[in-house]
Amino acid sequence: MKLYDYILSPSCYKVRLMAALTGIPLKIRPVDFHPGGEHRKAELLALNPAGSIPILEDGDLVLTESSAMLVYLSMKTAPKWLGDGTAEQAARVQQWLSFSHRLTANLGGARLHEMLHRPGDIAVLQAHGIAALRELEAGLVEQGLRGKSFLASDRPTIADIACFPYVALAPDGGVLLDPYPAIRLWSRAIRALDGFIEMPGIHRLHELKPDPSIAAGEE
Amino acid sequence: MAENAMLNQWYPVGLFSHLAKGVYKTALMGEKIAVSADANGDAVVTTCAGRILPVLVRFGHVWSSLGEPTKDLFSIPEADQPGRRFVEVGVVRVRCSPLRAVENFLDIAHFPFVHTDILGAEPHTEVQNYKVEIRDVEDEVWATQVKFYQPQAAKSASGGITTEYMYRVPSPTCSVLYKTCPPRPTEWDVITLFVQPLAEDLCDVWPWMALFDDETSMTDLIHFQQTIFLQDRSILENQIPHLLPLDPGMEIPTRADMTSVAYRRWLKRHNFTYGAQLVAQ
Repeated sequence: MKLYDYILSPSCYKVRLMAALTGIPLKIRPVDFHPGGEHRKAELLALNPAGSIPILEDGDLVLTESSAMLVYLSMKTAPKWLGDGTAEQAARVQQWLSFSHRLTANLGGARLHEMLHRPGDIAVLQAHGIAALRELEAGLVEQGLRGKSFLASDRPTIADIACFPYVALAPDGGVLLDPYPAIRLWSRAIRALDGFIEMPGIHRLHELKPDPSIAAGEE
Repeated sequence: MAENAMLNQWYPVGLFSHLAKGVYKTALMGEKIAVSADANGDAVVTTCAGRILPVLVRFGHVWSSLGEPTKDLFSIPEADQPGRRFVEVGVVRVRCSPLRAVENFLDIAHFPFVHTDILGAEPHTEVQNYKVEIRDVEDEVWATQVKFYQPQAAKSASGGITTEYMYRVPSPTCSVLYKTCPPRPTEWDVITLFVQPLAEDLCDVWPWMALFDDETSMTDLIHFQQTIFLQDRSILENQIPHLLPLDPGMEIPTRADMTSVAYRRWLKRHNFTYGAQLVAQ
């Protein structure tokens, strides 16, 4: 499987992260998105007329939407990442996959504006980003009341992977995560998953050190 | 005004190779400027009031100044050696003081914690003794004999090596790093950080490299450096105070911070205070 990839793209990172979590090797083809603008040149436009990355190629199959790539990687090797197959979970997964496009547009747009000079109305992007974060926070709190730590289930699904990168990188676009305790716990749970990989701006969890040993009688 | 000393310095304001794309609107120390090419393809920089600013083109970038530079932009003789590849990494905006961006570039101690498994790794966290001086003739800050264990020092490195570094600050918002070159042990790779001050707490950073590496693709070289710099960006945006303190105040430097101490002392000596905090708060 070949991924047309940009190291700083949260959408590309979704696919790299999913592949790492499910143990699927990817052949990475780096794309000079910035400063080269290679995604808008002939070779890549022929593959994806929308001019976006990531692009995932596997034989005849060419995918240009990251949510479809997450589905494909899960179905191939780890279907439990799609949920338990009940109507409710399947619907919750789809709900958050669709929601993740709003994160790309607003938090992702704010990040591109603040970091790489891309045009946009930063105040509007940040305001919509904050609205989306509040919705996500409420969703995670409700899941917590149901005894579940992840967006669609009591275990991580592709819904979490679709939403995580743009949320974790919100501060890059000037949107702080401090007001959202449920999002912070959820982010920690994702970063603690076996096989988790980082990207620039998303740091790994520091290894938990053993408890300090305190001898009896000491205060 | 205290900023005058910095007004007369040269600053990067764009990539020369991107001039053909049309007029590039940006800013320099709070003033809006436009960078473009004239009919001959030469770079032109003007303020929005129409004032024509000094211009020169070097190291792939267009350089300008709001004042009257009294000396030429620094040179990097190694960059003229044949066989090097020049890497235009592209601009990244950071909400931090331009001086903070340079100071972070001079620091080695953060490698294992911020650039984990690339430029450093636990438990190899020790910063060995190195030499720092302010060279009077060149009027530059130099740190030499800096050594650090690195899991992947460069795109061209396979496996961990102890890398040797030299750091040089030839201008208040620019730093040049000389680093062990894995494919050619007798030469130094040159990695620079050119910082364009947009405001005292906002800058555009233009990393640029002159490397001996015939194997790695240009895109891979760009992505390696962008990875490193973007790991720094989130740290830089969270440093408090936002301006670089030139008065020690509550900070206690350690031996590992000798380059930073010399950099701050040199800034203070020259009144290079745009982006600095003069009195600890």
